[in-house]
Amino acid sequence: MSVHTPLFESEQIRLGPIDHEKDAEVESCWTHDAEFMRLMYLEPARPFSPWQVKKKYEALEKSIEEEKNLFHFRIRAREDGRLIGLAEIYFISWANAVGSIRLGIGAAEDRRRGYGSETLRLLLRYAFTELNLYRLTALIPEYNTGALALFREAGFVEEVCRRQALARDGQRWDLFHYGLLSEEWQRRAK
Amino acid sequence: MKDLFRGKLVRLTAEDPETMARLFSRWSGDSEFMRLEDWDPARGFSVKAAREWIEKHWEKELAYAFIIRRLEDDHIIGEIGLNGIRWEHGDAWLGIGLGEREYWGKGYGTDAIRVMLRYAFTELNLHRLTLNVFEYNPRAIRSYEKAGFVLEGRERGVLNRDGRRWDVLYMGILREEWKDGR
Repeated sequence: MSVHTPLFESEQIRLGPIDHEKDAEVESCWTHDAEFMRLMYLEPARPFSPWQVKKKYEALEKSIEEEKNLFHFRIRAREDGRLIGLAEIYFISWANAVGSIRLGIGAAEDRRRGYGSETLRLLLRYAFTELNLYRLTALIPEYNTGALALFREAGFVEEVCRRQALARDGQRWDLFHYGLLSEEWQRRAK
Repeated sequence: MKDLFRGKLVRLTAEDPETMARLFSRWSGDSEFMRLEDWDPARGFSVKAAREWIEKHWEKELAYAFIIRRLEDDHIIGEIGLNGIRWEHGDAWLGIGLGEREYWGKGYGTDAIRVMLRYAFTELNLHRLTLNVFEYNPRAIRSYEKAGFVLEGRERGVLNRDGRRWDVLYMGILREEWKDGR
């Protein structure tokens, strides 16, 4: 790795900023897929119109400017530039050098194609070698088996189990906190 | 019916932002208090800054933030509150801070937590409560255990203080585990 290493691209994908003209239409479609919403968010699933999504982008960029504890990326396919998903390092405490991480692949047909693991690889390198964080946390619901597999594969370990913290489909689910330390990531990266 | 806001040693009251802000501004001058409360670097807050923060947050959502008063003389001991309530999942965060140091280690905090648990489980009808507490705060950990919280895990090395890393402990209590007054 050197200053020449491109931090924001890998084989299939590229990470970049929000496209305020085009992204809202696509993301509005994702929000109409309840499965995506429930894998991605703890709030009750609901669809959002493109206008509502745009408003969220504005609020998001305002908070990025003001709070300075959030890095937000759009995942795009390198082959045609289309929007695939979103990824964030958020809730950063600079004094403690820690943060949280999450990502989502929007369309069902784009899942299980390696986009998630490529994104996670880029984000981890960014968090540990550019933001210089000491550790990362990922909050994952028990029913999100895809995310559990993805983060375990990347070296995250279960640290906290908030028992029955979520209610969905008439049953109770645990909410896990997974953690990865910079030194653990560096050992694996070698 | 029981007086929901009264325990064996303390009662909980609602106060105006001005009163809360004056208390918090004074407590924020105590670095130990601030380092037990929060992971942000300890610093003092002016009354004005504290009041504006409180007003902004209280306008956004109905706050369950109360002042803890001693029953015998109504003296203020600290604050307690429920934050980030997720009604759809029945989960909320419990936070407590005893700003007045002379009342530490005398059971007032545990009693206030018991009052909050009864309120959370029999009036708000929540399913569980969550809290986190720093590894270097054994007095609080003991108090949470006495009130019925169980350890649900620890995030390793989250805090960087006094030149070393410390864990953040997570504790939870389910309504079915909670026993009123025992």
